[in-house]
Parts: sequence; C-alpha cells; structure tokens
Amino acid sequence: MATEIDPSTEVDPQTPDAEPQSVEAETATETVMATAATTVKVTTGKLSARALIDEFEAAQLKSDLPEIYVGDTVKVGVRIREGNKERVQPYEGVVIAKRHGGLNQTITVRRIFQGIGVERVFMLHSPQVASVKVERRGKVRRAKLFYLRDRVGKATRVKQRFDR
Amino acid sequence: MSIGILGKKLGMSQFFDEEGKSIPVTLIEAGPCRITQIKSEATDGYTAVQLGFGDIREKLVNKPAKGHLAKSGEAPLRHLKEYRLEAIDGLELGAPVTVGDFSPGQKVDVSGDTIGRGFSGLQKRHGFSRGPMSHGSKNHREPGSIGAGTTPGRVYPGKRMAGRYGGKQITTRGLTILKVDAERNLLVVKGSVPGKPGALLDIRPARRVGVPAAN
Repeated sequence: MATEIDPSTEVDPQTPDAEPQSVEAETATETVMATAATTVKVTTGKLSARALIDEFEAAQLKSDLPEIYVGDTVKVGVRIREGNKERVQPYEGVVIAKRHGGLNQTITVRRIFQGIGVERVFMLHSPQVASVKVERRGKVRRAKLFYLRDRVGKATRVKQRFDR
Repeated sequence: MSIGILGKKLGMSQFFDEEGKSIPVTLIEAGPCRITQIKSEATDGYTAVQLGFGDIREKLVNKPAKGHLAKSGEAPLRHLKEYRLEAIDGLELGAPVTVGDFSPGQKVDVSGDTIGRGFSGLQKRHGFSRGPMSHGSKNHREPGSIGAGTTPGRVYPGKRMAGRYGGKQITTRGLTILKVDAERNLLVVKGSVPGKPGALLDIRPARRVGVPAAN
C-alpha cells in the first residue's frame, strides 16, 4: 500500500519539517473525534484505506447512545412514517443479545406482547432508532439470553443490578 | 461532464439513507488522474483521451513511457487507460481529472479484475451440486458424466469443466454514486465492485444499449 508510512516519519513535533504534517494530522483526528468517540490512526498526509473507511463510518455514528449491556431493560424510540407524517413509537423490552460493532452494532430486544414473545433487532446507529433509554440494569451471567425464549411468566424476569 | 476515472477499491461499508435503510456501499479512491494524451480524428483516426493514474517511482518507468508521460507533465504514472469520446474540444494535455466530474445520483459502470480463484472445481466455478459425502459414496466433488457414449464419441465444445476461475476483467454496470468527496478523492457507490481492496478500477458513466452516451 502506497499510503503506509514507516514509523520514523510519524508526526514528531520536535523536528521543524514535520510541523505542517502534524497540523494536518491533528485536524484530521479532530474532525473524526467530533463526530464519534473513536480515534482513527492517522499517518502523515494521505490516509490509508482503513482510515478512510473508518472516517466514512465515524461520520454516521451516533455519539449520544447510552452504554447498553445484555440484560438491560431498554426503551427504544422507533421512527415510523405514516404517509407524510412521522412519529416515534416506543418499544420496551429486555436486551437479549448484542451483535457486531461500530456502525453495524445491533441489539435484540425481547418483550412479551399479548402473550406472545416478540423480538426486534435494532441497528443502533440507524436513523430509524430515534432514541434509546436504559430503564433498568439487569444482572446476568450470559452474553446471549436466548434461554429466556423457553421461559414463561415469572421465570422470564431478569435480576436487577444497581452498580451500573 | 465526466469522461471516466481510474481508482483504487478501498473496501465496503454501509450507509444510512434518509429513510434509515442501510445501504451497502463500496468506497473508491479515484483519481486525481491526468490527461496524458488526446487522440483526434486527424492524428489517430478516432477521438479519445488517455488518462494516467497512480504514483510510481521514477526508476520503475522505462524510457519510452517516460518520454510519453513527459508530454503531459512531470510526475510519472503507474496506470494508463484510454477512453473513447465523441467530443474532445476543450480538453487539454496535462489537465487533471478528479472525482469532482462525477455527481451524486449518477449511474456508473465499474470495471476491474475479479478475485483470482486459481484452478477451481465445478462447484465453485459453475455452481454444480456435489455428490453425497457419505453412505459409501465416493463421488464427492466429481464432474459426473460429461456426455453420451460412442455417439457422438466426443465431448461437446463448451462443456463446463474445472479450470482457472476469476482474475479476469468484468464490468459491474449501472451502479449509483451516492457521495462524492472531492477533498479526499472519494467516490461512494451503491453495491459491490470487482476485486479485492486495493484493486485498480475503471469508472465510467453508465452506458446502455440504445441509449446514447451522456458526453
């Protein structure tokens, strides 16, 4: 790759000739930092393919998402379009799985609606997800709570935890 | 007006549209290219422009190529590619061609070499189904019968068999440009394009049979 630069030419404020490059690198990181909390590794001048993709994705990431853990009870505001009108419909349930990371991050939210289990998968960074609010923290010992599917009634409760 | 442009595939990502739908996209670092030659009716019998793209070290360019490139500018270029055009008025030798010539919403055809898969069998190469893996079967990934017996006594030409697969040029047609970033020389197109990240791509305005080209 032409853009891979050897570590010795990495930004170094001590050497005067590296000065303009460091300014460039800083502005590049700042723009990325402003949009999301992820840092993009910036080499001098030209960005690598990975850095360019990261930057493209960082621009779409939401910065105001709460920290969501598996087992939490969350209220997701879902944007719904009816004709020309747009409204936000809340959907509340237990997070039984988290998948992927970055722009592709999803959560699976399960709830019992009219006696029937309903699971919805939300792409957290999608504009369709207007808001996510954590209602209750859950204490669980699994990363995926698929065992809840086999349970009914009281057994589906998730113990609350208070240290988060 | 866009002539076409050469670029490098960066990789794939996704993009949320206004409705919140997630769209698969390919990021392409395209250009800046330089017009290295203009072919006219008078000199070549047809009209076209040749674009050059990509950094290369001076010593890797041989003398004839250096002499050819010297007519249009200083920097040596790695790739050259010719684009047939109807109108070459207003084009200048050495002029830059950037992603700025393309606009979001425009349809493009993208050509490039597909991922080389080497000598591949029939399942991978032609999508044949395989034989049973167990119950005494020894016909796992064999081709099966390749024709009748004494009549015709030969295998018909064009019979699909194992062989080299991939690594040849194809064109993905009618891709929509979603975004143009002139500062970063970035094109974001909807869908996938041939090759792996880092592959050379040739991006042209889409052409359709029966529809005259835009330029």
